[in-house]
Amino acid sequence: MALDLGSASRKPDGMPHDHHDHDHPHSHLPPDPALRVKALETILTRKGLIDPAALDEIIDIYQNRIGPKNGAQVVARAWADPGFMHALTEDATAVIAEMGFYGRQGEHITAVANTDDTHNMVVCTLCSCYPWPLLGIPPGWYKSDAYRARAVREPRKVLADFGVSLPEDTAVRVWDSTAEMRYLVIPQRPAGTEGMSEEDLAALVTRDSMIGTGLPREPGQ
Amino acid sequence: MTRVHDMGGRFGDGPVDPAPDEPVFKEDWHARALAVTLAAGALGQWNLDTSRHARERLSPKDYARFSYYEKWMAGLADLLVEKGVLDESDLTGQGDGSRHPLADRALKPDAVAAALAKGGPADRPSNVAPLFVAGQAVRTRRPSANALVDGGHTRLPAYAAGARGHILRLHGTHVLPDTNAHGLGEQPEPLYAVAFPASELWAHPEHPRDEVILDLWQSYLEPA
Repeated sequence: MALDLGSASRKPDGMPHDHHDHDHPHSHLPPDPALRVKALETILTRKGLIDPAALDEIIDIYQNRIGPKNGAQVVARAWADPGFMHALTEDATAVIAEMGFYGRQGEHITAVANTDDTHNMVVCTLCSCYPWPLLGIPPGWYKSDAYRARAVREPRKVLADFGVSLPEDTAVRVWDSTAEMRYLVIPQRPAGTEGMSEEDLAALVTRDSMIGTGLPREPGQ
Repeated sequence: MTRVHDMGGRFGDGPVDPAPDEPVFKEDWHARALAVTLAAGALGQWNLDTSRHARERLSPKDYARFSYYEKWMAGLADLLVEKGVLDESDLTGQGDGSRHPLADRALKPDAVAAALAKGGPADRPSNVAPLFVAGQAVRTRRPSANALVDGGHTRLPAYAAGARGHILRLHGTHVLPDTNAHGLGEQPEPLYAVAFPASELWAHPEHPRDEVILDLWQSYLEPA
């Protein structure tokens, strides 16, 4: 039985044939993106190659179970425990795995701690590499052309887009994730947080502060 | 010599929109696209480097007009056909809907959490000895091209080609994307974090002490 994919094989009007050897297979799929995904899912499901219930499970994990709260626990512990901070900056992969955070797109982790002297910021100029087990799926802006293009060349102007300004004598280190090493920024612990529990500290740690495009919340903020 | 995905340092993209209240998946089909891609990857017919390269070699026109997850879908459709999992008639809806020989490998719902938690580490034992030590001056190769495959996958961005920096640390020995993306084996070799002064990369750096750090394989580097 043929599958009705609507205008699947129709090329958009007025688009010249610009592939030098052959059409790319993806051009056979419907033009509307949502229908394109649906078509691929339907084709693969009919052949038994994917199970829609497994897709639901993948989505539930990244929508509801794995996200920046994981990374915030790591940062809060680093703030609360100097020994942990030291171990984290020596071998983040091992100590983070001990906390139960490991997996796809987080197999190799380096933690980089901000100081008065140096602010760290993470980008992937070539695609969208990001520490999934610690921060979840990257936000739209992290994957945008503007961030990928500009973060390495003008980090302070990019920080200004986020409403962040750094002291004039602070240097910026931008980490371009070109391999399978993933980077977690440990922001500076905010003033006025002495004696706070790890749980309360974790509530101050924002996603963007662990990418380096934001700062943690102040207590009471 | 480079491709459209290699956009680090490019001018003209305008402001970054932080969109603080954006949900994890802005549209339902974004979530679906991610999940289909991961589930299809679990069939084991390609590796991470192959799938990155599939997105990178979309035509510049498609790369620019497609949104993020549209690139994923296009790359996936192209790979499924290229690797012989599907044929083009499947994509036009004229294909055979019977059970596929690879169906036994389909990712089951109760195996998802374990599969994602297991990940796929990229470090491997290697007989390539590290040539460089922390602090040593190095220069990246130029142009930033795959040395084995013309137009092939590489992870040296064009903005850092021919640049002088210093070794920050050795990460260990990792799979080489330049070969692994093209079925030429994992060829693991030393991988380093290399620091470049912003002034080495940009005509008008923002600050004299700024640096950009890249993770680069030994074969991308020479002593400087």
